[in-house]
Amino acid sequence: MTEVLLQVENLRKSYGDNVVLDDIDLTVAKHDVICLIGSSGSGKSTLLRCLNLLEQVDDGVISFGGREITDPRIDPRAVRREIGMVFQAYNLFPHLSVLANCTLAPVRAGGVGRRDAEDRARTLLARFGLADKASVHPDQLSGGQQQRVALVRALCTEPKLLLLDEITAALDPELVGEVLEIVRAEAEAGMTMILATHEMAFARDVATSVCFLHQGRILEQGPPAQIFTAPREERTRAFLQRVL
Amino acid sequence: MSSSDLTWEPSPREQERRAVRRALRRRRGLLAAVVTVTVFVALGLVVTSSEGWDQFKALFLSWHHAKEAFPAIAKGFWINIKMFVVGEILILVVGVLVAVTRNTVTPWLTPLRIVAVIYTDVFRGLPTLLVVFVICIGVPALRIEGIPTNVTVLGTFALVLCYGAYVAEVIRAGIDSIHPSQIASAEALGLGRAQTTRYVVLPQAIRRVMPPLLNDFVSLQKDTSLVASVGVFESLFAAQDYGNYNFNYTPLLVSGLFFLALTIPLARLTDWLGRRALIRERGR
Ligand SMILES: Nc1ncnc2c1ncn2[C@@H]1O[C@H](COP(=O)(O)OP(=O)(O)OP(=O)(O)O)[C@@H](O)[C@H]1O
Ligand SMILES: [Mg+2]
Repeated sequence: MTEVLLQVENLRKSYGDNVVLDDIDLTVAKHDVICLIGSSGSGKSTLLRCLNLLEQVDDGVISFGGREITDPRIDPRAVRREIGMVFQAYNLFPHLSVLANCTLAPVRAGGVGRRDAEDRARTLLARFGLADKASVHPDQLSGGQQQRVALVRALCTEPKLLLLDEITAALDPELVGEVLEIVRAEAEAGMTMILATHEMAFARDVATSVCFLHQGRILEQGPPAQIFTAPREERTRAFLQRVL
Repeated sequence: MSSSDLTWEPSPREQERRAVRRALRRRRGLLAAVVTVTVFVALGLVVTSSEGWDQFKALFLSWHHAKEAFPAIAKGFWINIKMFVVGEILILVVGVLVAVTRNTVTPWLTPLRIVAVIYTDVFRGLPTLLVVFVICIGVPALRIEGIPTNVTVLGTFALVLCYGAYVAEVIRAGIDSIHPSQIASAEALGLGRAQTTRYVVLPQAIRRVMPPLLNDFVSLQKDTSLVASVGVFESLFAAQDYGNYNFNYTPLLVSGLFFLALTIPLARLTDWLGRRALIRERGR
């Protein structure tokens, strides 16, 4: 019954001689929450960047909504309008207010009216406890607040798929919770997500499926209950022992 | 990561994609070529089919006069080169010092900061020609012992005064564009304010303002001709002098070519340096 949203086949990406992703296969159905785990340098960020067409892949096919998006004739902007991405380093625009950060893409690239975009942004900001920060500039916010704004900004474009790259890695533990709360709420609301994370407890909690990346390959994939309790691969076990 | 798959061969789909990319690139290249050629040919036709074209050719494009005037212009251009090579170095020093001074915070340097602000405001505002006149004619008139009276030296000094003010503002803009987190992390590592400025802020700032800095330097190269007005026989003066005697203006264009021959390689060099630095940092 599940409808496939994103399909990756035989993906390969290298920087010069350094093969960063090799033979990646991944199927993401609507409402899936896929967690990418793996040690530093295993290729999680690179995979997310490839999915968003921020990197040109060396080989393999990525299909999104049934259409091959690795086709050179495709307009990457049209694809990215449907895929939201949040980076580890927030990457908010410092010269714009929080509200303007959230409405820039919907108004300029999405063809949404300013009034509608602002209404939606305010609703989301309020839902995530940022109602009073709409007119403030990002540098005046705490890390957790900035990251929540970055999430709201991504959600404002009403993406079909959300890519989150270690969005809590730069936050102190106290702030991690408030950001993950948003992610959890979105997951429960049915948002399809792929997230790279080091928060194993969170992954176990929200993921429908967990992928363990090792040296640019998906070594093991399965439901969190299986990966975290009975991993098939020795290297997965070793990794989990180190981080849990 | 893995070096195991040196045997990797692009899949048929990837080969197909590469072919499509090549075709797209070719199509873009072709379009660019067609547009460029059309525009330039049309422009050329408009100019060469104009009524006065023959007259213009005789007056501005005479091979004979170009050859005749060449040695004097080349000799004059050597003066221009000396002026702006020395000038550019001094200007950079003045610009950085003034910009850094304006960004200091210690109360001890308040008088210096005020001087720096007045300096930039005044010398940016004055016409360069005026400063050249005042310095080259006024200063020798004071007859102070030990101050050079050579007009070329004084003219260079006048240019440094004017351009130092411009460049200081450009560099200050670059410094202000560096995100505070950079300064915070440098200071957190235990670097002092001066060290932070010297090793973290300035290198990034200068690179960011390279294009406008180049603008000012190119502008300076041209403005070295201003010293002609106080009697220095630099290249444009030489060209004008020849033209006035022979009623032909080809030497002006020759002099112009000298300036271009210097400016264009300089622009390409800075572009290349900037790109190389980017590639080194971002790894592509
Ligand atoms: N622009 C680049 N140029 C060259 N190599 C790169 C580039 N970006 C990433 N790499 C390499 O790709 C590999 C994977 O990097 P990636 O950022 O995807 O890892 P990651 O799994 O996200 O790690 P982390 O958990 O530390 O964020 C690393 O070995 C890295 O050196
Ligand atoms: Mg990463």
